[in-house]
Amino acid sequence: MTAPVLSVANLSKDFPLARGMLRREKLVVRAVSDITFELGRGETLAIVGESGCGKSTLGRSLLRLIEPTSGKVMLGRDNVTGMNTTQLRAARRRMQIIFQDPYGSLNPRMTVRETLAEPLLLHGLADPKTLEAKVNEILSLSGLSRFHAERYPHEFSGGQRQRVGIARALATRPELIVCDEPVSALDVSLQAQIVNLLQDLQQEFGLAYVFISHDLSVVRHIATRIAVMYLGRFVEEAPAETLFTTPLHPYTQSLIKAVPLPDPSVQRQQAELRGDMPSALAVPSGCAFHPRCPLATDLCRHSRPETRMIGDTRVACHHAEAGAAHATAQKIKPGKLDRRLAVLRAAKNEQASAPTDKRQETR
Amino acid sequence: MTALLTVSDLQVGFQDRGRIMRAVDGVSLSVDRGRTLGVVGESGCGKSVTSLAIMGLVPQPPGVIQGGEITFDGKNLLALPPKEMRALRGGRIGMIFQEPMTSLNPVYTCGEQINETLRAHGMSAPDKARARAIELLDLVGLPSPAKRIDDYPHQLSGGQRQRVMIAIALANDPDLLIADEPTTALDVTIQAQILQLMKDLQNRTGMAILLVTHDLGVVAETCDDVVVMYAGLVVERASTASLYSDPQHPYTIGLMAAVPRITAKAERLDTIDGTLPPPWVQIPGCRFAPRCPLATDKCRAEQPPMREITPGHQVACWFAPIDERITTP
Repeated sequence: MTAPVLSVANLSKDFPLARGMLRREKLVVRAVSDITFELGRGETLAIVGESGCGKSTLGRSLLRLIEPTSGKVMLGRDNVTGMNTTQLRAARRRMQIIFQDPYGSLNPRMTVRETLAEPLLLHGLADPKTLEAKVNEILSLSGLSRFHAERYPHEFSGGQRQRVGIARALATRPELIVCDEPVSALDVSLQAQIVNLLQDLQQEFGLAYVFISHDLSVVRHIATRIAVMYLGRFVEEAPAETLFTTPLHPYTQSLIKAVPLPDPSVQRQQAELRGDMPSALAVPSGCAFHPRCPLATDLCRHSRPETRMIGDTRVACHHAEAGAAHATAQKIKPGKLDRRLAVLRAAKNEQASAPTDKRQETR
Repeated sequence: MTALLTVSDLQVGFQDRGRIMRAVDGVSLSVDRGRTLGVVGESGCGKSVTSLAIMGLVPQPPGVIQGGEITFDGKNLLALPPKEMRALRGGRIGMIFQEPMTSLNPVYTCGEQINETLRAHGMSAPDKARARAIELLDLVGLPSPAKRIDDYPHQLSGGQRQRVMIAIALANDPDLLIADEPTTALDVTIQAQILQLMKDLQNRTGMAILLVTHDLGVVAETCDDVVVMYAGLVVERASTASLYSDPQHPYTIGLMAAVPRITAKAERLDTIDGTLPPPWVQIPGCRFAPRCPLATDKCRAEQPPMREITPGHQVACWFAPIDERITTP
């Protein structure tokens, strides 16, 4: 087996916090706690969890956009956590990030061409002669045309702006892209376009993605593996299909159940998860999930469950076996929608293959 | 009996450098007491402008109400004097906005913000208002309301802030609640709680709800009826059950297909190619034609009227009813 693109061992990030009179009371918020995983070429690890669980902090710590407190990040054979500034800058060519809000992450005073040219020149991947051709190539890969190159970010719609964000990340031909909620701000129809684009690019270049999201339905379509994060820790990690068919952790089950189903004939069970996620400042004792957990016992209140392997799943729960019995998969039977969709798809293909009008006419 | 709220042929435009852009171009809808109507569409389709127009909150200028009627309980809202409209707003019509973070005033406590609404609608005794505010916070399921009433918005989580927003909207027992993307900024777990809360409150008070959203999953779970909007127009109108079991308009079908389903993995998500046309672009025929795989010359030339396909299910598409006009390949 080839070496993984990314391997992470016991990664943690603490944020010190001063409080009280004269800010003397020192507190530490552990935003990311003891994270370990590996990611291979062409694979996607999705990290899901509620806001505040530490998933974005983890994503940024991987690239050292936030300095991790302890632990090790390896990019291929190189130790990212041990690099000095110069080495790190060079390594950034190989690892990039796409943000949720492409407008906030693009320089409003630079045209798209300038935005895309900058990393190429910075890393010596293009010279003034080849620059234009390279930029055009990246544009077309991201589904943009040359005509977009001379425009500024404010002239784009949300979906196009996210394409620019992807193009920028892609410019240096990285091995790893951290996608931090890349489609959360987009409408469903655009969301689907961007997810498809990310998948196409992954196939073409063998990219590895760390895909951070709070939307389990999107994750199901893009992930190879899924890690569920709660208060800074992975509580469950499994191959994508396994996670959805047999979720073991009660938190994973509640997350899946909370997603509204686009079918009124299926009655979803009442949301069983009460209340909000506790603050990272006051992490509950034992298993951090116990105050919201339907299966919690005294054991959960006192001792933190170790991560164990059950089948293909890594799970941190004392009652994972009981949890498995608790899980129920919901199915939606295909209806008229799928048949009609087939018609639309066929018409679309026909349109694509035959530019002349051969479509059916209405009376 | 007539519906509690009826909007007919509403047209709202915005002036921009001399030209007027139509954001809403002839929208009709109605909601009854105890019912929930979903208004669905992509950003820019005019769904939020429609809800703002009902509340009389379209900024004028640059906004211009160019035509149509909005009738609430027999009163024409568009002709109502500002003072009476103010009495309705926050009184018999409550509203929840998308961003609980920015809709609350950061320098006032939750209690003060609820009291403001109560005072504006005639409850002047401070101790009575405070008791009512605590009662409301309890109603929306905020833990230890007597304590939280003196909290500032930044001390609350996103879900708790949205609960406070709902408490404000419900303060004066509204007959109609307009909720514009009430759960879009929230986590799924919190979203499930808030939607359940809105349903429970509706069962208790019998209010009508107008729910503006782009999330078809949310619609399926909470709405009795749905209108699908595209580029300022209603393109399909049906009961929720009928819309999901028998979607007719190619836009509706595309929208449903684009939603990634948590129940099964698709190799590739279906997309609707292209984007919503900007409001300054005039499209002569069906507005969806440029993105529609079925579009014919007729579609590009003539705007299809709303027609009833099955009782209560109306579609604006030349192909409807879709199964009769096209054969499955």
